Amino acid sequence: MKFKKSLAYILLGIWALVNLFPIYFMFTFSLKSNDEIFGKNIIGIPKDWLWSNYVSALKTGNMALYFANSLLVTTLAIAISLMAALMATYAITRIPSRLNKYTNAFFMLGLTIPLQASIVPVYVVLSKLHWLNKYSTLIVPYSAFALSMAILICTGFMVDIPIDLDEAARIDGCGLFGTFFKIILPLTKPAFSTVGIYSYLQCWNEFMFANVFISDSKHRTLPVGIKALSGAYTTDWGPIGAALVIATFPTLIVYVFLSRKIQDSFIAGAVKG
Amino acid sequence: MSDNNYIVSKEILRERRNKNIKKHLTIFVFLLPGLALFISILIAPIAVSLYRSTFDWNGFSEGTFIGIANYVELFTNGSIKFITSLKNAMIIAIFSVFIQLPISLALALLLGRKPKGEKVFLSIFFMPVLISTVVIGQLWLKIYNPDYGLLNRFLDFVHLSQYKHVWVGEIGTALGSIVVPTIWQYIGYHMLLMYAGVKGVSVDLREAAMLDGATKWQVDKYIVIPIIKPILKVSVIFAVTGSLKTYDLVRILTEGGPFQSTEVPSTLLENMLFLRNRYGMGSTITVMLIALCFAFALLISAAFKEKDK
Repeated sequence: MKFKKSLAYILLGIWALVNLFPIYFMFTFSLKSNDEIFGKNIIGIPKDWLWSNYVSALKTGNMALYFANSLLVTTLAIAISLMAALMATYAITRIPSRLNKYTNAFFMLGLTIPLQASIVPVYVVLSKLHWLNKYSTLIVPYSAFALSMAILICTGFMVDIPIDLDEAARIDGCGLFGTFFKIILPLTKPAFSTVGIYSYLQCWNEFMFANVFISDSKHRTLPVGIKALSGAYTTDWGPIGAALVIATFPTLIVYVFLSRKIQDSFIAGAVKG
Repeated sequence: MSDNNYIVSKEILRERRNKNIKKHLTIFVFLLPGLALFISILIAPIAVSLYRSTFDWNGFSEGTFIGIANYVELFTNGSIKFITSLKNAMIIAIFSVFIQLPISLALALLLGRKPKGEKVFLSIFFMPVLISTVVIGQLWLKIYNPDYGLLNRFLDFVHLSQYKHVWVGEIGTALGSIVVPTIWQYIGYHMLLMYAGVKGVSVDLREAAMLDGATKWQVDKYIVIPIIKPILKVSVIFAVTGSLKTYDLVRILTEGGPFQSTEVPSTLLENMLFLRNRYGMGSTITVMLIALCFAFALLISAAFKEKDK
């Protein structure tokens, strides 16, 4: 029994190391010179902490710009999809109509439709309208693809609000719009963070659309920027490591403080689906 | 019925109808932003792809209608590599379902037994999910690098130099070097879903079974696993459709090479647009990809239902 128990801990411990090692490796080689990485000190703690790698990544590698771009695109995509989802969910769950069931089912198709579905037509339309290489080139598709999951999560929260509240508001003279803005929105606030976290990771890390639709360096997001950077610095690993850290650590640091909340939003997203 | 009454009821009806119209108008206004996004970016493109998949089309001219010729060519013209790409996606799917998910399940069950540090382990195991696939790909490139990579260095260190490879550059190992990080990254994701399910199993049920003399392993096998079956279904669907959609790691690690041996449907799709200007064929691949995602989702659901009977 004791043997079995320690075996379980050994397995858990090994798997924890397998998960932590790449993060450790990324962080340490981001601070090393090629000399250390390629020979003297492969996986140890850096001897000279070369913060200059970060300067190269941020300035010559443009990571500061890519970071700002990612932040802008992600924030706006979350805001748009969340607002659209809240409005749609309100109509579906709280204004009785025979069509609600079908509207909901229609939106839920989006959970299975792969991102690839819209690449060809959207690319053709955008290039004809000269709409490639703008922030909105990414913001609009990202909001659209975040929508279904956002509606799914918001529905879970909104059906829990008693319908009596709506009726009370109506008696007090609130219209449907008033009820939505004054009663329902404040009560659905907990859903905002759940939806936000889920969409954040989807947009922050998205690579395919960004790679296909954005070709000028001014509008690159982090994932595309990293790919470009690694093409430019094939022999100099330090700045690449720094770029990887810049793209990853903000998320990981937030995760350390909000791990419970972040895990819960993933569970909410999948289990209800 | 007097005339008066008739007029009154007509009035009520009209009022009701007006109210109904007003209500549906409100519903429409609330749905509008969502519908506009959803239809313009997801639904209309599918319809367009379906239509354009029957054309020989370079994206800018009118194109010529060629019926199902693109579909026929997709499966018969070996130089397009569609069959190779499907085979690769299926290999990734098989590894995901039969290696990744069992590991996730084992971890979830272990954590479900409330070991010390349960939450810490859970949080660590979920970490890779948060990291961008591009970052993961770059890290693994540093591991696979033939000269300075950790893997070959490690093999030298343990005197197994004969097993050294140019991992992402050789036909024999390239696909494997994509499969390993794919599986590794998402073990934590499936584990989290399963763990949530395991935690949902009532403590009473577990204790009752233990009192009847069941071992922990028997409790897991006969009580926990059947209860979390719906979650297992979701995981299998995600694993398979996710494999069909693979793109990031292939673009970062191998670019579909060597000799197009690691192409997946999404990279082929991109090649059709940017290397070959064949937008009609690109649409055909899109349609196949969507159809396969839906088909597998339905098939897997059906398989799980069949088992329940």
